[in-house]
Amino acid sequence: MTVRLLVRLALAAVVTFAAASARAEEKVVNVYNWSDYIAKDTLEKFTRETGITVKYDTYGENEILDAKLMTGKSGYDVVFPSASPFFARQVKAGLYQPLDLAKIPNAKGVDKAVMDSLAKVDQGGVHALPYMMAATGIGYNVDAVAKAMPGAPVDSWRMLFDPAVVSKLKSCGVTLLDTPVEVIPAMLAYLGRDPTVQTTAELDVAMKALAPLRPDYRYLHSEKYRSDLANGDICVAQGYVGDLVQARARAREAAGHKQNIAIVIPKEGALVNIDVMAVPVDAPHPDAAMAFINFILRPDIIAEITNQTGYANAVPAALAYGDPAIRSDPAIYPPPDVKAKLFSALPPATPTFDRTRTRAWSRFRADRF
Amino acid sequence: MRAPGDGSWGRRALVAVPFAWLGVFFLVPFLIVAAISFAQLRIGAPPYEPLLDWSTGGLPKFNGTFDNFAQLFQDDLYVGAYLQSLKIAGLSTLMCLLVGYPMALAIARARPERRGTMLMLVILPFWTSFLIRVYAWMGILADQGLLNSFLRWLGVIDHPLVILNTDIAVYIGIVYSYLPYMILPLYAVLERQDLSLLEAAADLGARPWRAFLSVTLPLSLPGVAAGSALVFIPAVGEYVIPDLLGGGDTNMLGKALWDVFATSRDWPTASALAIALLAALVLPLALIQKLQRRLEAAGEES
Repeated sequence: MTVRLLVRLALAAVVTFAAASARAEEKVVNVYNWSDYIAKDTLEKFTRETGITVKYDTYGENEILDAKLMTGKSGYDVVFPSASPFFARQVKAGLYQPLDLAKIPNAKGVDKAVMDSLAKVDQGGVHALPYMMAATGIGYNVDAVAKAMPGAPVDSWRMLFDPAVVSKLKSCGVTLLDTPVEVIPAMLAYLGRDPTVQTTAELDVAMKALAPLRPDYRYLHSEKYRSDLANGDICVAQGYVGDLVQARARAREAAGHKQNIAIVIPKEGALVNIDVMAVPVDAPHPDAAMAFINFILRPDIIAEITNQTGYANAVPAALAYGDPAIRSDPAIYPPPDVKAKLFSALPPATPTFDRTRTRAWSRFRADRF
Repeated sequence: MRAPGDGSWGRRALVAVPFAWLGVFFLVPFLIVAAISFAQLRIGAPPYEPLLDWSTGGLPKFNGTFDNFAQLFQDDLYVGAYLQSLKIAGLSTLMCLLVGYPMALAIARARPERRGTMLMLVILPFWTSFLIRVYAWMGILADQGLLNSFLRWLGVIDHPLVILNTDIAVYIGIVYSYLPYMILPLYAVLERQDLSLLEAAADLGARPWRAFLSVTLPLSLPGVAAGSALVFIPAVGEYVIPDLLGGGDTNMLGKALWDVFATSRDWPTASALAIALLAALVLPLALIQKLQRRLEAAGEES
């Protein structure tokens, strides 16, 4: 009798335990974000408040995320593509589900202007909310530039595109990002043309102006400049402002030869990248994904992320929690006159234009014009 | 002609395993890539139109195109990348051979109890991640890196040597990374060589150098061929080393493929490029091998 009771009790315990763990298993969100792109305790706080466990993976390039999504069944619930051209292409290909705004009340706190520019690439409805944003600007080594060219036009794209300036600065190392998506609009802005136009005619204009400069650039790369600028191996780099902020911090900490790095958003206008949060159509835990996005958009939470990464967020109420040094940094939160000239979130180009542009870029990189 | 048991099920199954392996992991992916290379580009998932259009009912309509191949030859970009990849891989293989042969010979002629340690030293770098070793070279070769700091401390140079982000750095990276693949097959061949052949050569009056050229070297040719293939073939498609160590103008096929596949998400052109590369690389190699075998057969008959 007692034995049977014990067995029953044990069975009941096992069944209860199994049921509980099954329920707990559903409280998971699989997040795929850029590396070094979140505050130290964000995930811990989220789990503590919601009981949802976070499985967190990181990537270094939009292309990696793109390839994973294109092959389907990535298993991720929240991903962070750049709005243009990646998110724009992906949402057009039907890779994302509409966000359930009833479950994301904090979405109301997002800057209207940013939502409007996202609407240009979103396929009607809201498939994404902004995470972090940064302009593409120029980072330079103050002392090395002053030595190579006293009185250099440091507030202008001329630093990268004016042949007379580049020929003087090339001795200490000038680099560009390795993507036509960034370089062509910057070149068009330098030339005083509309940087948002995506036609082969404008592409030609930009590439013709770039071609003779090719030998003067030390290299074209989208990551190497961060450490090279911090170490003093190069002196002028086109870069994402968030990355440049991190390079600047590292250069200050560097033992031995300290480098004095300055960051500018050129006066001719620059592209702003908005990295968004989106939920793939086949996300296994969509509810947890909405909860996660809502949590991130809470002003005190997203302010911490901004404080630690050096990227601006699109939640105005978060400014109150912002580190004063970051809030007053004109590279991260540009003053109104600079802000007026920024442009963002270009609608997706046609596949044929993409193809032509990539090819022109490969030729430029290989110096085969 | 049939040997007894030739048609037995066991034997057939044994032969079928490697063929099934090749079929599933090489032939099927190859056919998928080949099919995509004829498809048309679109914005969607997957980013290409289906090759056969079934919507009309009845027989499917062929929806493919040869444009993807045609545009490879629209200008000299990809042909140039192909030639530069061959050049870099070829010169790297040669350098691996020049560095690796003496090392393999030294190990093979060392006292047997020391050989194990020496081979261990050759393989040792493999215990560290390949990526980390390439990053380490970035630290060594940078303008403010170890090498330049050392040379400046010695007073040999006053301006840093620009090595990183040039083709020279790519050669250093490839030769360093692939050297063990050259040494190991060379060692395997040299170690088995009969040393009494060299004694015979010496008895016949050959100086060591002459004996090396007419005995050791010819007998080690299979090892040279195997080592060269192991270095050359992966080096042609190398992506990581030129990306991290090379300058932008290091125009290798791996990088070109990445541009097309990832940046413009143009899977059809990327597939066409891959197929063209395979045709341009594997067919000549296969032909050479066939020719070699025929020559050998002719040599045996005469």
